[in-house]
Amino acid sequence: MSHSTQVTRDLNRTENTKAAPPLLDVRNLRIGANISFPGEKNHHIVIVDKISFQLQKGHVLGLIGESGAGKSTIGLSAMAYGRGGCEITGGEVFLNGEDILSFNHKSIRQIRGVKVAYVAQSAAAAFNPAHRLGDQVIESALEHGLMSRTEATAFADQLFDKLGLPEPDKFGQRYPHQVSGGQLQRAMTAMALCSKPDLIVFDEPTTALDVTTQIDVLAAIKHAIRETHTAALYITHDLAVVAQISDEIMVLKNGKTVEYGTTEQIINSPQEQYTQSLVTVRSTQKPVTESPDKTPLLRVENISASYDGVNQILSDISLQLHAGQTLSIVGESGSGKSTMARVVTGLLPQQQGKVLFNGTPLPAELKRRDKEQLRRLQMIYQMADVAMNPRQTIDQIIGRPLEFYFGLRGAEKRRKVIELLELIELGEKYIDRYPAELSGGQKQRICIARALAAKPDLIICDEVTSALDPLVAEEILKLLLRLQEQYQVAYLFITHDIATVRAISDTIAVMYQGELVRFGERSQVLSPPYDDYTDLLLSSVPEMELDWLDKVLSSRRMQSAGH
Amino acid sequence: MLVRVANGAWAGLFGLMSNALEKRSIMLVHLSWGARLGLLGLIVFAGSAIFAPWVAPYGPDEVVGDVWEPISAQFWLGTDQIGRDLLTRLIYGARNTFFVAGAATLLSFFMGSFLGFLAAVRGGIIDQSLSRLNDLMMAIPTLIFALVVLSVLPVNMLTLILVMGVLDSTRVFRLSRAVAVDIAVLDFVEAARLRGEKTLWIIFREILPNALTPLFAEFGLRFAFAVLFLSTLSFLGLGIQPPEADWGSMVKENKDGIVFGIPAALIPAGAIAILTISINLVVDSILSRTTSLKGGRG
Repeated sequence: MSHSTQVTRDLNRTENTKAAPPLLDVRNLRIGANISFPGEKNHHIVIVDKISFQLQKGHVLGLIGESGAGKSTIGLSAMAYGRGGCEITGGEVFLNGEDILSFNHKSIRQIRGVKVAYVAQSAAAAFNPAHRLGDQVIESALEHGLMSRTEATAFADQLFDKLGLPEPDKFGQRYPHQVSGGQLQRAMTAMALCSKPDLIVFDEPTTALDVTTQIDVLAAIKHAIRETHTAALYITHDLAVVAQISDEIMVLKNGKTVEYGTTEQIINSPQEQYTQSLVTVRSTQKPVTESPDKTPLLRVENISASYDGVNQILSDISLQLHAGQTLSIVGESGSGKSTMARVVTGLLPQQQGKVLFNGTPLPAELKRRDKEQLRRLQMIYQMADVAMNPRQTIDQIIGRPLEFYFGLRGAEKRRKVIELLELIELGEKYIDRYPAELSGGQKQRICIARALAAKPDLIICDEVTSALDPLVAEEILKLLLRLQEQYQVAYLFITHDIATVRAISDTIAVMYQGELVRFGERSQVLSPPYDDYTDLLLSSVPEMELDWLDKVLSSRRMQSAGH
Repeated sequence: MLVRVANGAWAGLFGLMSNALEKRSIMLVHLSWGARLGLLGLIVFAGSAIFAPWVAPYGPDEVVGDVWEPISAQFWLGTDQIGRDLLTRLIYGARNTFFVAGAATLLSFFMGSFLGFLAAVRGGIIDQSLSRLNDLMMAIPTLIFALVVLSVLPVNMLTLILVMGVLDSTRVFRLSRAVAVDIAVLDFVEAARLRGEKTLWIIFREILPNALTPLFAEFGLRFAFAVLFLSTLSFLGLGIQPPEADWGSMVKENKDGIVFGIPAALIPAGAIAILTISINLVVDSILSRTTSLKGGRG
C-alpha cells in the first residue's frame, strides 16, 4: 500500500505543477452506512475510506474494482449524493474549487444535472417509458433554464449525430421501447451531455450490453467526450474497457485505493499485486487434446426449434461433443444459445432433428426421459441465487440428488455431501448454511457440487461465470477444469465471453441469429480465415492494450447490427 | 396463537418442523407491541374457550336470572333474552366460533393452496380447468351460495365447516396460484424438474416453503373473515343452531333488546370486533417480517 501512496503523491505533484486548478478534487473521502438487521443493533460500517484523487478538465478517470469495492459510491459522491442510506461522513469534494459537500439542498440541485451529470448502468430502467426520448434528453437543460426548447432540441439532435445514432433528427421522437439497448445507452449519454456539464459520471455504461454492441457504445462515448471536452469518471469492473477510454485509472478494493496512476502505467507496469492479478486475469488455459475417434457423447442432428411455432429460434443445427471434452457455444444475446441448452435438456422439445446421447436418441420431451437419462445430464445456471431454493440448507440442496438418484440416506448421505463440499474447496462447515449466507462465488460452487452429485456424463453450463467478478470467475473456471480432469465429465459451455471460450474449450460453436456460423476444434475456429461474424465477435472483445479500440474500429469488416 | 398453531400444523405436516420452530422462536422475540397485544387477546379468548367449564361462572343453558338484567357483580356482563348469563354464553360460544371458523379456514387453506400450487406447477389444461372452475364459484356471491346450499343440506357443524371451507378456498386458490406461478419459473424449480422430481415434491418442497409468508398473512385474514361469515350465517339462522351459541347467533338472539336500550347484543358484537382486531394485529406483524425469497433464517 505504501507504494501506491507514493505513486499517488507523485501524480498529485505533477498535477499541481499545472496552472489550471483541478475540476474535481476529492480529498480523504469517507463514506459509511448504517445497517440494521432485524433484532440486531444498528451498526455503522465504512464503505469507502481515505479516497483522494484529482480530475482535470477534459480528462477521464477510470474507477475499477470488483463488486462491493465502492466504485459507484465514490462516483455518486461527485454529485454529493449518497445512495440507499449511504452517508458521506468525512473528507472534502471540491468541484471547480467549491466544497460541494458543504452545500445545502438547494445549491446542490443547481449542480446536479448542470455541472455534473450521471449515466446509469441500465438505461432501460433509467428512462421513463411513457415519454419520448427527445423530451427526456433535454429535460434537465430546460429545467435549469440553460437553453430554450428549440435550442435544446437542436443541440440534442447534434448530440445524437455525434453519438452515431440513426436518423438523428427523428431519433428524439421515439419512445424508449422503440430503440435497442445500445442505442438507449447512447441516448442516455446524450442526456448527460445535453446540459453541457463539466463532469459526467458513467456508472458501468456498457456492462449490460453485448460485446459487439459494447464496442460501438464505447466508441461513441469516447468520441463524444473528446469532442465536447467534458471530464468523466468512468466506473467499470472491466479493466480492458476502461483502458480504452481513461487517462488515469484508480484501482479500488474494499473501499480503499489499491493503485492510482496513469492508464499507461497501470496496464503496462502495475505495481500492486492485486492490479497485476487483474491485468493478467485469464491465465487459465486448457491444454489441447485430441478428439477421440469414437461415438460422441452428445450428438445434435439438424435441430430446429421454436417457442411459438412461428418464429424459428434455431434452424438446422448440428453439433457433437465427445466424453470428457468441452464444447463452447458462443454468440450474442438472441443468437439462440440458451435455447440450444433447453432443447438438449428437454425443456423445449425440438420441432425437427434428433438429440443423441451416447449414440441413442433422447426423447424430445422431458417427461418421457427416464431417471438414468436425466441423471447423466446435469445443468448449472447463470444466476446461482435463484438456482437454489432459498429455504433449503446446503445439506438438503446437495443431498437431494444423492437421495434421488442413488437412494443414499442418513449418515452415508451426509458423508457424501461433505466429500462433495471438500471437492469444491468449501468444506464441512458450510453444510448447514442457507444459500443467502454464501457469497456469489460460493453459491456457484454449491451449484457445481449439486450437479456433480448426480455423477453426470455431461454438464450444461449456462453463462456460469457471467454474473461473477473476474477473479472469482477465474477460480470457478479452474475448478471446472480440475473436475473435468478428475471425473472425465463433458461440458456444454454457453457463454458470450470469448476469453472464457479461449481458456476452456476443446471445440467451439459460433451462433448468430439461430444459425450455426462456425463449428470445429478450438485452434481451427479461433484462427483465420474468419467469416464476417466471427471476425466481428472476436475483434469486439476488449483487450488489455491502450489503443485497442482505435485499431479495431479502423480494421473490422462487418458492422455490428446497429443494436 | 392460532396462527402459530396453524404454522406448526403446516410445517409439521410437510416435514418442515425444524425450519418453522427456528422461525417461530425468532418471531416471538421481535414481535411489535401491537402484535403482543393481539397475541394476548387471542390467548385470552382461546384459553377461555378451551377451559370453558372451569372458567364460566354458570352452565351454558342455565337460566339464572331475569330477562336482560344489567351488568352487576353477580352477572358480570348481564343476562340475555331468557335470563342466561351472558359471560357464560360468550365463553361457551367462543368454542363454536373458534372451532368452526378455524376448521373451515384450515380446510380452505389445504384445499385452496394445494389446488393453486397444482395449477401453477402443472399449467396447461389442468391450470385452465381449475382456474375457470374457480372463477365460476367466485362469480356467485358467497353469502347467497352458502344460504342456498345450507337451506338444502341438513344444518350441522360438519356441513357448516365444509360449505364455509370450500367457498373460502376459492380466494386461497387465487392467492396461492399467483404466488406459485412466480416461484415456479425460478431456476431452482426448473432444476428440480430437470432432476426428474414429481409434481408433489415440487409443490411441497420447492414451492410451499417459499410461499409460506403470504399464506400465513392470508390465513390470519381468512380466519377473521370466517368468524364474521359464521356470525352472519348464525344471525340469519343458518349457522350454529340454538340452544348452542356462537357469537353471531348471540347478537341475533339479543338484537331485539336494542330497541329498549339494552346493550346485551353489543357485547358479543364487541367480542367479534376485538377478536378480529387481535388477529389482524398479529398478522400485520408477520407481514412486516416477511423475508420473501431472500430466504435464509429470517
